[in-house]
Amino acid sequence: MADVRPVTFRTVRRYLFSTDHRIVGIQFLMLSMAMALCGGALMALMRMNLAWPGIKWPLLGAIFPHAMQSGIMKPEFYLAIMTMHGTIMVFFVISLALVSGLGNLIIPLQTGARGMAFPVLSMLSFWTVVAASIVLLAGFAVEGGASAAGWTSYPPLSAVRSAVPGSNWGQTLWIAAMALFIASFTMGAVNFIATILDERAKGMSLFRMPLLMWSYLVASALGVLAFPALFAAVTLLICDRHFGTSFYLPSGLFFGKRLLANEGGTPLLWQHLFWFLGHPEVYILAMPAWGVVLDLIPVFTRKPVFGYRVTVHCFSAIAVLSLIVWGHHMYVSGMSPYAGEFFAIASLAITVPSTMIGVNMLASLWGGAIRFRLPMLFAIAAIVMFGTGGFGGMFLGNATSDIQLHDTYFVVGHFHLLIGGMTLMATFAALHYWFPKMFGRMMDERLGRVHFWLTFPTFYFIFLLMQFDGLSGMPRRYYSWEKYDYLAIARGHQVYISVLAFLLGAAQLIWVVNFFRSIWKGRVAEANPWNAATLEWQEGAGEVHRWPYDYSVPGAANDCTPQTERTG
Amino acid sequence: MADAAKTRRALALAVWIIGGIAIALALSRRWLPPLASEHGAGVDRMLHYSLLTTGIMIVAGHGVLGYVLWRFGGRDRIGFRMASRKTERRWSLVAGVCMAVVAEGGVLALGLPVWKQYFGSTAPANALTIEVTTEQFAWNVRYAGPDGLFGRTDPKLITLDNPLGMDAADSHGKDDIVSLNVLHAIVGRPVRIRLRSKDVLHSFFLPNLRVKQDSVPGMTIDFWFTPTRTGRFELACAQLCGFGHYEMRGVLIVESAEEWARWAEEQLHG
Repeated sequence: MADVRPVTFRTVRRYLFSTDHRIVGIQFLMLSMAMALCGGALMALMRMNLAWPGIKWPLLGAIFPHAMQSGIMKPEFYLAIMTMHGTIMVFFVISLALVSGLGNLIIPLQTGARGMAFPVLSMLSFWTVVAASIVLLAGFAVEGGASAAGWTSYPPLSAVRSAVPGSNWGQTLWIAAMALFIASFTMGAVNFIATILDERAKGMSLFRMPLLMWSYLVASALGVLAFPALFAAVTLLICDRHFGTSFYLPSGLFFGKRLLANEGGTPLLWQHLFWFLGHPEVYILAMPAWGVVLDLIPVFTRKPVFGYRVTVHCFSAIAVLSLIVWGHHMYVSGMSPYAGEFFAIASLAITVPSTMIGVNMLASLWGGAIRFRLPMLFAIAAIVMFGTGGFGGMFLGNATSDIQLHDTYFVVGHFHLLIGGMTLMATFAALHYWFPKMFGRMMDERLGRVHFWLTFPTFYFIFLLMQFDGLSGMPRRYYSWEKYDYLAIARGHQVYISVLAFLLGAAQLIWVVNFFRSIWKGRVAEANPWNAATLEWQEGAGEVHRWPYDYSVPGAANDCTPQTERTG
Repeated sequence: MADAAKTRRALALAVWIIGGIAIALALSRRWLPPLASEHGAGVDRMLHYSLLTTGIMIVAGHGVLGYVLWRFGGRDRIGFRMASRKTERRWSLVAGVCMAVVAEGGVLALGLPVWKQYFGSTAPANALTIEVTTEQFAWNVRYAGPDGLFGRTDPKLITLDNPLGMDAADSHGKDDIVSLNVLHAIVGRPVRIRLRSKDVLHSFFLPNLRVKQDSVPGMTIDFWFTPTRTGRFELACAQLCGFGHYEMRGVLIVESAEEWARWAEEQLHG
């Protein structure tokens, strides 16, 4: 047993630069967890300042001698942590966990592939994103601090180096990190598409795939189509910043005491390119979340999913529509008002397939024998966030109401409920559910329940309240609102929001403890712990004979008929 | 199984209570700042329509979800026969059509007419034109003066004392009124804003007047609105513009025509 082997190139290659899809998947999940802790810590700093603006935090002053001189947060540091929080959470947490991590882990298992189609690409995509994370976080260590132009990085703020302190090297590093991230995501997406289309087990026709696989297929295709626009955008931005071009910079720009030499560009170009990715990105994250929810419901209701084919078509319809609605982020940007009319009508068209998906979730629950295991609790929480967050989209997709709500806390509340809350709940559901597949053990249910009840209502109320503050016109990306009389009441909410946010942050530590404890101490799982029909839980999975939702088939001996079973 | 029953009740109640609190919060006070513009009534109608319809859907959604959890939670076998493909399609169609009517109906009937009135039309002839030039972190305000024409500006002429870069050689500029962070408008008379920016993006946000428009360097953006009440209304920057973004506050003073004339006179000769 005590066979201590020397560390050779082969062992490093095997565990660190592994091409095994499970190990790569787990590596992605671990990295996303580390990045989530960074993003969460930044959130705590932001909420401290928003609840108690201008208060001295001597201990933090010692940690950040420049950014928090004598313990008071500088406005430019607030903008930097806000920018990094957004970038980290959207690209380096949700996308890494739900798309790259879970995708690598589960796609070969559920399709019956032997592994990913391009194993080396899986490994490369992970190590590229490790590099991206390091480059991104290095922003805090360079002169001027991390990028401070918001996660949307609108030029000229992000293009002119003297526009804001973070627009110095921090912004350049942000751009480099995004370029690396896009490279990593594209490698992953191409790999997902190839695996799903080419590597499926015998008998696994496309319409026998679980909805999660459909969501990965559609989301990956969407990513491959949309991410190049952002790659082009950041390349042009680098040129504007370092090589004297003027893609985003018009003539007559005046900074400090100096007239810039640029001419001929327009800042609106960036917004078009950024949101051409930015909006599909929302669905790249949302679709796997819906896939997880729709796939877990049948397991925990012992009933087939409702509206399988309709949902697949809805995924495709949303993917197509999401490519032509980017302008709803730009209603008041100075874009032509006639374009605004088109984008309003197209954006609200997305409510139709989204509603169908929501109704399918409810109808899938209807009449089932619902079992409240932990994955199911989080799936239900995801449905609630999907509903309330989705309804906010009706306000913002509509040009007329967006005039008042654009760039207020309504937007912040809306996208946190959907792209923060819904996806996070689905991620927790998925990790609880597939934990036995990763480590052969179960996560602790009791600890998990404490985590669930501290997370779900807390998350909901924080961002619900933000939406109402947005209705009262509270602008986002403010260091404080002290100067504005009309925000007196909204300002008073900030302490409550911050206290809830700290509670939410602390609750996530329970999850981390539960996760790592269960790796070693969890109850050993049986082969098919949830009694599920999908391929990944079947021993010696071979040929596939049926769709993945054959639960409670009349006349069958068991209430679950696995995909691999021939008769019945 | 007592544990399962407890979870079932707790979860169903949580879903209902959460939905109830969302509705209670919405009704607890008037969230929108008091209205002070003509087209703003249309914006508010759109917002109230969305609040009402989503409110109904939140009640329905939370109601149904809580009911499903309460009724079907913890049962040991499923209670219904499987839905046929036809049933599935029918339910989706009903939900989709309802949503299309609610969402697109709202946009077409209530939303876009106001949008056109606000963005898609030129200002009435009697509008008072105000030029607003944004910079980090201030609003430069300029009126054309008695001749009704703005003097020429050139970024090359910008100095500390001449933040707009006004050309002293242009006679139209001699009677221009220039001020900082304070706009004066006349109640009931349309205001036309010529919005420009010297450096980065900013956004001209008057919460009470339901007005928001980004200023974009390189562009001169025209829009208009009609104030309906006298008073002082706060102007906030709504587009991240740098470390002073949160302090970029201005004021719109809406006054009677006489008060406005007196103020303009003071500016010209005072």
